[in-house]
Amino acid sequence: MSDHIAAIDAIAAKYDNDPTRLLDMLLAVQEQERYVSDAATRLLAQKLGLSWGDIQQTVSFYHLLSQEPRGKYTVYLNNGPVSIMQGYEGVATAFSEAVGCSFGSVTADGRIGLFTTADMGMGDQEVAALINNVVFTNLTPEKARILVKAMQKGVPAQDMVTDNTEYGKYGDGNNSLPSIHSMVCNNLIKPGPVCFGPYQAGAALRKCVAQSPEQVLAEVKASKLRGRGGAGFPTGMKWELCAKAEGPERCVVANADEGEPGTFKDRVLLTERAQLLFEGMAVCAYAIKATTGALYLRGEYAYLKDYLEQVLEQMRSDNLLGKDIAGKPGFDFLISGCSWVLAPMSAARNQLLESAEGRRGEPRNRPPFPAQSGFHTMPTVIDNVETLAATVQIIDKGATWFRSLGTEESTGTKVLSISGDCDRPGVYEVEFGITLGELLTLAGARDPQAAQVGGPSGRCLNAAARDTAISFEDCPSAGAILIIGAQHDLLTIIDNFMAFFTEESCGSCVPCRTGTWMLRNTLRRIMHGQGTREDLTSMRQLSAVMQKTTKCGLGHTAANPILNTLDNFPHLYDALIPEQTDIRSFDLEAAVQASNLTVGRASVAKEEQV
Amino acid sequence: MSKPIIATASLAGCFGCHMSFLDIDERILDLVELVQWGKSPINDIKTFQQDCDIALIEGGCCNDEHIHTLREFRKHCRILVAVGECAIMGGLPAMRNNIPIKECLEEAYLNSPSTSDANPDKIFPNDEELPMLLDKVYPCHEIVKMDYFLPGCPPRADLIYGALVALVTGQEAELPYEVVKFD
Ligand SMILES: Cc1cc2nc3c(=O)[nH]c(=O)nc-3n(C[C@H](O)[C@H](O)[C@H](O)COP(=O)(O)O)c2cc1C
Ligand code: SF4
Repeated sequence: MSDHIAAIDAIAAKYDNDPTRLLDMLLAVQEQERYVSDAATRLLAQKLGLSWGDIQQTVSFYHLLSQEPRGKYTVYLNNGPVSIMQGYEGVATAFSEAVGCSFGSVTADGRIGLFTTADMGMGDQEVAALINNVVFTNLTPEKARILVKAMQKGVPAQDMVTDNTEYGKYGDGNNSLPSIHSMVCNNLIKPGPVCFGPYQAGAALRKCVAQSPEQVLAEVKASKLRGRGGAGFPTGMKWELCAKAEGPERCVVANADEGEPGTFKDRVLLTERAQLLFEGMAVCAYAIKATTGALYLRGEYAYLKDYLEQVLEQMRSDNLLGKDIAGKPGFDFLISGCSWVLAPMSAARNQLLESAEGRRGEPRNRPPFPAQSGFHTMPTVIDNVETLAATVQIIDKGATWFRSLGTEESTGTKVLSISGDCDRPGVYEVEFGITLGELLTLAGARDPQAAQVGGPSGRCLNAAARDTAISFEDCPSAGAILIIGAQHDLLTIIDNFMAFFTEESCGSCVPCRTGTWMLRNTLRRIMHGQGTREDLTSMRQLSAVMQKTTKCGLGHTAANPILNTLDNFPHLYDALIPEQTDIRSFDLEAAVQASNLTVGRASVAKEEQV
Repeated sequence: MSKPIIATASLAGCFGCHMSFLDIDERILDLVELVQWGKSPINDIKTFQQDCDIALIEGGCCNDEHIHTLREFRKHCRILVAVGECAIMGGLPAMRNNIPIKECLEEAYLNSPSTSDANPDKIFPNDEELPMLLDKVYPCHEIVKMDYFLPGCPPRADLIYGALVALVTGQEAELPYEVVKFD
């Protein structure tokens, strides 16, 4: 017991007993003890001057933290839509059979726990799993059995990925660097001129310091760059708002909490273009006179942390970060390193800040907007990784050059993550305005029926709508394009999206918390042939209510999968709605089964089944 | 023209909606001018003697008999009105929906302070005549098509009366704020 107390003390001390680092501490506890026990919660509460409930609610909010032991090895197997399309069922069965327990439980000896997770940013190499924070990709039933053997033998998860073993070997590019050593592959199929184009480290910063911050800001505004994280807010305007906000210090946050299921482009940017991103943060810092920076990395990308910190270190020694950057006296900007964001969808800006300050990822009320009062109440710019990277090229090559790419309202390029039924899943940097048809051809789509653009909250397009252009004017996307082949039942995939929203709703608004369930239940009833025409109307009505009455983007968009398929694939619903009767189908026998068993009655189905 | 026939039923409800209906007080005399009564607990007519025009349904469905009754009402009545929270959403009885049925029965018949000593043989009531509890309490519209919904717990007498008169006369119901809102 006293060992236990000492261990928790040490973890708290490592983070200076700072309550805003609660999440880091909890993660460390989880890693060490494989769960966050009630005793640990109480100890931390005491140490940090928080209440037991404060900590408890944070632990219960995050998927990767648990209040029950999760095994010496914890396997999180992705059961998101792409994974299911690529063979999740077979892999899951292989794991449970080899381990000898079902998903959601831990073996009797406490060695291996099997759990599922939604999306890990590996859509181009599913089926993927996280074992003790190590990523395993392209899993098959065969590989699952091999991994289980290794766990049973006690091989540390990190040692299962090496140069070349039966478990897995390093991926391409920087993935094989000692500081990463991961089997993740980049799958960078089509590099483009902005994010993956030629880049000379430090050139943009040197151009910055030769100008005034106002000139830099003006250049970014002139480029008409808009946010790449999904919302598409004009970046220059955001920076200007922040620059004008009152505050002793300003802050730049890079949002690398790539949470939109099906997106993985930031993963590749972080692996291959980290310096471009950090230089972008410094460009922003110069323009808005910020002194502090932070990078929020999603938990699943933990394997990149050491590498990213090395890049930061290198940039500090190259005088591209730190004090008097690029030789400009007084231009001081430090990126404090990587912090954690855990809830997959917590990238909603305000949610991210809560998470970053160690609390439940629930959206803050706005105003104030982060630009006015963000991270630890500093005026804060939060930008997506790709947005920040683009600003470097804008400063280096000029706004005019940038505007020559893309369309009138959507300048520049977009890095897309293409997955699903195609020959070449991976990352594509293309000019805005590219059409769905061109993308399907580029990726080698196989008999597509639909394309889900922008993740579950985006748009479900009929694959025949080939002229739809990826742009803010037509069909915006943070980057995810999931190609769904004709062999799949589209509504099953939509059901999976709705499951995602029921999970991810933080629960603060009733229309989102219950609406997501009501939509999903209605959809399931329809899929079981128990739907009615009125259900279709009521789903539309409920969707409209959710769009109008919820607090954040998740609630605003949670009904999109349903609405889009009602619009673009009405025949799928029509085929499932039975001939209209006023009596709903209801399985009475199943509904009384539990009562019968309890009281010991044979069967009451004395009346007609409908 | 003969007067429209109305019927009522209380399923998994507390009869509060029926009591509220009776709160129309002397307006019941106006109502009998407008309608005839069919099957209802109010007049204790237990079977459908003829098809009815309008039926008021209180309560959701918590056992197999409710399912049966509601289906009968749907077959024999032109318009079904869900009256009150329990009929519309399951209401208070649906609070058991997160508890497995076995636990509910054990709590009621084996473990509660009033039964733990009184039921040494640990018997669950199981006479053939007794209906069986469903796994969950279901709102009426999940079992049959419901035509109208009168909210409230219970809905005010004025609302029930106003809605009935409107349905019978074909005139639009007047629904001032205080009749449908309770805050
Ligand atoms: C539900 C939800 C999920 C989001 N997911 C992400 C994400 O995964 N990555 C991201 O950068 N922005 C995401 N955003 C957008 C962020 O809130 C924010 O607008 C963005 O980080 C701002 O950067 P930008 O202007 O450069 O796009 C999400 C927003 C919402 C409402
Ligand atoms: S809309 Fe949903 S996710 Fe967003 S704040 Fe409300 S309940 Fe939470």
